[in-house]
Amino acid sequence: MSVILNKDSRIVVQGITGAQGSFHAQQCMEYGSKVVAGVTPGKGGSTHLGVPVFNTVKEAIKQQGADVSLIFVPPPFAADSILEAAYAGINKIICITEGIPVIDMAKVKKHLNTLKQSGREIIMVGPNCPGVITPQECKAGIMPGYIHRRGSIGIVSRSGTLTYEAVWQVTCQGLGQSTVIGIGGDPVQGMNFIDALRLFKDDEQTQAVIMIGEIGGSAEEEAAAYVKENFKKPVFSFVAGKTAPKGKRMGHAGAIIEGSSGTHEAKVKALRDAGITVVENLSEIGKVVAGFVKAEA
Amino acid sequence: MKFVEYEGREIFLKHNIPCGGCFAVVKSKEELKELNVKSFPCVIKAQVLAGGRGKAGGVKIAKNRQEMLEILEKMLGMEIATHQTAGKTIKVEEVMISEFVQPEREMYMAVTMDRKAGRPVLIACAEGGMSIEELAVKKPEAVIKVFADPQEGLMDFQARDLAYALSIKKELFCDFTLLAKNLCRLFIEEDASLAEINPLVITKDGRLLAIDSKVITDDNAYFRHKEWDKIPDRDSCDIEKEAKEIGINYIALDGDIGCMVNGAGLAMATLDTIKLAGGDAANFLDVGGGANVEQITRAFKIILKDPKVKAIMVNIFGGIMKCDNIASGLVEAAKNVNINVPLVVRLEGTRVREGKDILAESGIKIHQADSAWEAAKLAVELAAKNGREG
Repeated sequence: MSVILNKDSRIVVQGITGAQGSFHAQQCMEYGSKVVAGVTPGKGGSTHLGVPVFNTVKEAIKQQGADVSLIFVPPPFAADSILEAAYAGINKIICITEGIPVIDMAKVKKHLNTLKQSGREIIMVGPNCPGVITPQECKAGIMPGYIHRRGSIGIVSRSGTLTYEAVWQVTCQGLGQSTVIGIGGDPVQGMNFIDALRLFKDDEQTQAVIMIGEIGGSAEEEAAAYVKENFKKPVFSFVAGKTAPKGKRMGHAGAIIEGSSGTHEAKVKALRDAGITVVENLSEIGKVVAGFVKAEA
Repeated sequence: MKFVEYEGREIFLKHNIPCGGCFAVVKSKEELKELNVKSFPCVIKAQVLAGGRGKAGGVKIAKNRQEMLEILEKMLGMEIATHQTAGKTIKVEEVMISEFVQPEREMYMAVTMDRKAGRPVLIACAEGGMSIEELAVKKPEAVIKVFADPQEGLMDFQARDLAYALSIKKELFCDFTLLAKNLCRLFIEEDASLAEINPLVITKDGRLLAIDSKVITDDNAYFRHKEWDKIPDRDSCDIEKEAKEIGINYIALDGDIGCMVNGAGLAMATLDTIKLAGGDAANFLDVGGGANVEQITRAFKIILKDPKVKAIMVNIFGGIMKCDNIASGLVEAAKNVNINVPLVVRLEGTRVREGKDILAESGIKIHQADSAWEAAKLAVELAAKNGREG
């Protein structure tokens, strides 16, 4: 078992004819993912990378049975693309696009919440994230496929490249991943740490979780509180930004230190208080996790 | 984008938020002779991007023209440090001369994005003027929070609730509810990440006025706000501006190890790793996910513009970013720029083999490392030992 994606997932790529969408759709196909359709308004009826392109997500579902959407649409139109997928009936939406205005995501979130309240089980991952991969089954994102290996470690992360770092170290230790979820670093996002932990909690394949956080916001603190009460599997964590100067915006909208909340110190303390192992040296994440898993076995 | 008070005031007025009068904005001492202010006393306020100006001498009252000129003479060009400037000073290059109002009551009101709720939140407080951060810690019950809808803004009933909670008197009730709604509307329409009034004043002559106007907007929304082009970037140093122009996120720091990394998280973690290895980074540099050879070449030039740099550490984990692109950029940069400091490179990810081949065949002296930790240790060691080789 795995979470979010498996070998039967049928992906529609929104923005498949753009440069990024095209490159990464192909990479996903080469990895073995079932990319069954593309959507680019105005280009319906054509074929791209050997799959049919539709004008709307609705058609992609009807004609090709798509059940996962992977979005590469540029920022001015990306929020609308998420809503198009959601209202068309897709329940797993992964938005890679970086640079969506925060207020647009707040509007998206409002709509998704309404749909969820009406009974839909929608998972939205991102935006501004590397995507989701279930190794050796399905890759829906921009992560390099070869660094992954099927295994028992669930990984959830706010940062793209830090996710790869953690994945690669786990793989180099001879272990593997159940599912890797990049939730992205934007201030208003779809899935958060707790949502991911809930999925990993019920997943038999996942035996331990790595949670990669960064300064800013309070997602790590909230996740720590959740773990303390509800999560029995071992959790390992790294929090980036210990040495970041105060008040400086370091790329991610999420990575801003405001006041005393969201600091590295506060996060590490909350995580440790919840029984989570916090790794200080980025390059030792894999080693620490492997040490634990091998001792258990 | 951060706006100074008088620019924020213009945005406030556009959204029908009443503000104290502005008589002039002075940008140089040459303008003082021509300066025409008739209403005294007046208030002279340094236009800097930091709160806490008042305590730091950035807000003064002048009783007459003579006093006003003396204050302006001193304030223009003065270096100011507040609790929000992180131990550094900011030079005062612009000064606003504004109406002197006598407050009967001072309040605080702001709208920002609540990440957890994913909605704008209006924060208000019956006491204004002082540091809201302090108040939030000392008297959290005094801080009122109201969530606004990201499309509708603040509803009438929410604005009324707020007015009752703050005991707004009858005569100003409608002015107040309208102002609160307009501030939320401003936040949504201007793509703000912060719109703050501190203090919001009820004057002795019975007016409701914004006496300060702090606006910060979301850079991601630039594509629909071309009017931001007119606003100077006061928040970045020259190198940071140059980096921004070519789409690279660069922040100058105090150490001596130049960094080039892809991804904000990995870039931050790289700074942490350098610190752990006993060194300090000279910069934060995120080349982003889609950088091309030209951008990477220019990123190297930017790093080397900082005379403190004694070694460079490149830490790339390719996802969107392909390692062969980084390698080609590196080789191009080495041809065009004299990289006169040791260069430590750690590549991993998409097309890593091609990237490593390009580096190996180029003949450039590069120290390769297999992990961020190894690269950081090596960079720290080389920086301490060599300094500039050229």
